[in-house]
Amino acid sequence: MPETKPVLMQGNEACAEGAISAGVRFYAGYPITPSTEVAERMAVRLPDIGGVFIQMEDEIASMAAVIGASIGGMRTLTATSGPGFSLKQENIGYAIMAEIPCVIVNVQRMGPSTGVPTAPSQGDVMQARWGTHGDHPVIVFSPASVYETYYLTVAAVNLSQKLRQPIILLLDEVIGHMREKVTIPKGSKLMVEKASDKVPADWKPYDDKGLTPLVPFGFGHYYHVTGLFHDQYGFPTGDPQQVERSLDRIHEKLEKYRDEVALTNYIGHKEPRVVIVTYGCTVRSARAVVKKAYWNNRQPVGLLSLQTLWPFPDKEVQEIAKKADVVIVPEMNMGQIIGEVERHVKGEAEVIPLNRYDGEMISPEQISDIMGRWLS
Amino acid sequence: MPHIWCPGCGNGIVTAALVRAIERADYDQRDVVIVSGIGCSSRAAGYLNFNTLHTTHGRALAFATGLKMARPELKLFVIMGDGDCSAIGGNHFIHSARRNIDLNAIVVNNHIYGMTGGQHSPLTPIGKKATTAPRGTLEREFNLLELARGAGATFGARGNAAQPRQLEQLITRGANHKGFSIVEALSPCPIAYGRRNKLGGPVDMMKELKKNSISTERAAGKEESELKGKKITGVIFNYDEPEYAAEYYHSIGKDIPVKSSG
Repeated sequence: MPETKPVLMQGNEACAEGAISAGVRFYAGYPITPSTEVAERMAVRLPDIGGVFIQMEDEIASMAAVIGASIGGMRTLTATSGPGFSLKQENIGYAIMAEIPCVIVNVQRMGPSTGVPTAPSQGDVMQARWGTHGDHPVIVFSPASVYETYYLTVAAVNLSQKLRQPIILLLDEVIGHMREKVTIPKGSKLMVEKASDKVPADWKPYDDKGLTPLVPFGFGHYYHVTGLFHDQYGFPTGDPQQVERSLDRIHEKLEKYRDEVALTNYIGHKEPRVVIVTYGCTVRSARAVVKKAYWNNRQPVGLLSLQTLWPFPDKEVQEIAKKADVVIVPEMNMGQIIGEVERHVKGEAEVIPLNRYDGEMISPEQISDIMGRWLS
Repeated sequence: MPHIWCPGCGNGIVTAALVRAIERADYDQRDVVIVSGIGCSSRAAGYLNFNTLHTTHGRALAFATGLKMARPELKLFVIMGDGDCSAIGGNHFIHSARRNIDLNAIVVNNHIYGMTGGQHSPLTPIGKKATTAPRGTLEREFNLLELARGAGATFGARGNAAQPRQLEQLITRGANHKGFSIVEALSPCPIAYGRRNKLGGPVDMMKELKKNSISTERAAGKEESELKGKKITGVIFNYDEPEYAAEYYHSIGKDIPVKSSG
């Protein structure tokens, strides 16, 4: 593949290429629409570059295999869609608890249940946040284009390694299947340090002091990995103090690196009266509306697109809501991220939902209709 | 050493046999990984000084598959209980066998879910009582080794906690076998299984285990009727078939290191 020339690529393919650029060499998955192209691309590419592709017996096994390979020191990724994402949840919780890096792609489709497998939806925002049981930190990215899919996959792989935290890429069917121009740079430039057995003498797998690298199995550093609450060496504990500290610690790392993790993008008027807050493919319709209203007609409007859904970009939303009278939240679901927007806007602006859940995209006309009402 | 196991439990004996087998196989400590699922016997992983991976319920083989494919030079022992392996983990069990991936499964079969207090498993003999089968279970049990053989496993053996030397030898042979190996280790659970089924105390259960066992050599040539109620111990099957991880690495033109680096 040409490395610096623009190429026409599908979102799912860009996700696979992004993963490979970021050093992913292990993929385990199970076929499911509309994410299968990620697996198919990996099945072609990985053997050529010395990587491992394996189709597992089910979604649960795919998630487990990915975690196992990560513990072996490989960078890993798996892709699925709603029903498979539900099945993976227990092991996602395990990876969060045991602090094993990995990237999980969910190309959302219309649910609940089998739903409409080929229709787009943004219905898994809350499943991505709270799908696994217990209090837990999550990082969820939601790209709005093929280009963004590539770069957010690279970011996800690297951040996942750095924070020893599983990261979820929430694509939607539109982004996954759409073809767009992407320019792929030389892969090596995007890599971060490789897993290594070289660690300080006082290395602990779950150091209370903060971030500590994962030393893969098989390098003579003996420790225990478990989904049970554990001490600094990984051994199970039920001590209330250690349990609480442990849960605080896995949350603290996200708080500490919050600004590296919470990614947003604003376009439009500096002092907007009406702001659209959205994510994923809905950004595309919103962008068309804001471009026309602001760039062509200089209307006081703006668009805050959320590349990161979780941790929720609270500061960014608050900041823009202070300036605006109205915040419109279009989503292809019955209203999921809007609750979070309301929680952080705290009455500083009026928060207006725009929901569509018939398996079709929200059109620019729908957005401009609502926007127009608040501008006039 | 503090542990969670009840008095009279066979888990410690099986774990000790595993440790001696690893020594016998002459593996480097850094190359050995112990993977386990959820349940009493799976807690063994946390008591061993290796890289140890205590996974989710039923999924130990799936985690192990990922690890083995990422690091094929590592020697993986996968400890599971009967419920963990054959109920919730049944799918991973048959598919690991089908791939013939070089994992060494050790299934501690005490016929019951012990940690949760005595519920029946797919390896509880028909008619036996459990908290969830107070009148005796109506469900038929798996023949675990035949299930493994049918699914494509290439090494299957059965031992028990009453005959730990034989068990040790069987685990060693499983470890030396290239491909998916399973050693079923019959083990007493006097607390959650024996008591409810009036099987006596730990000593009685151990004696019974030994009495009901017959080696493959002595079973050979005997009529089926003579073997009724007996558990055959020893190597039940042993085939030579291509191993998955080696085949995969060969197919991509990559050598597998003999030992882990670093």
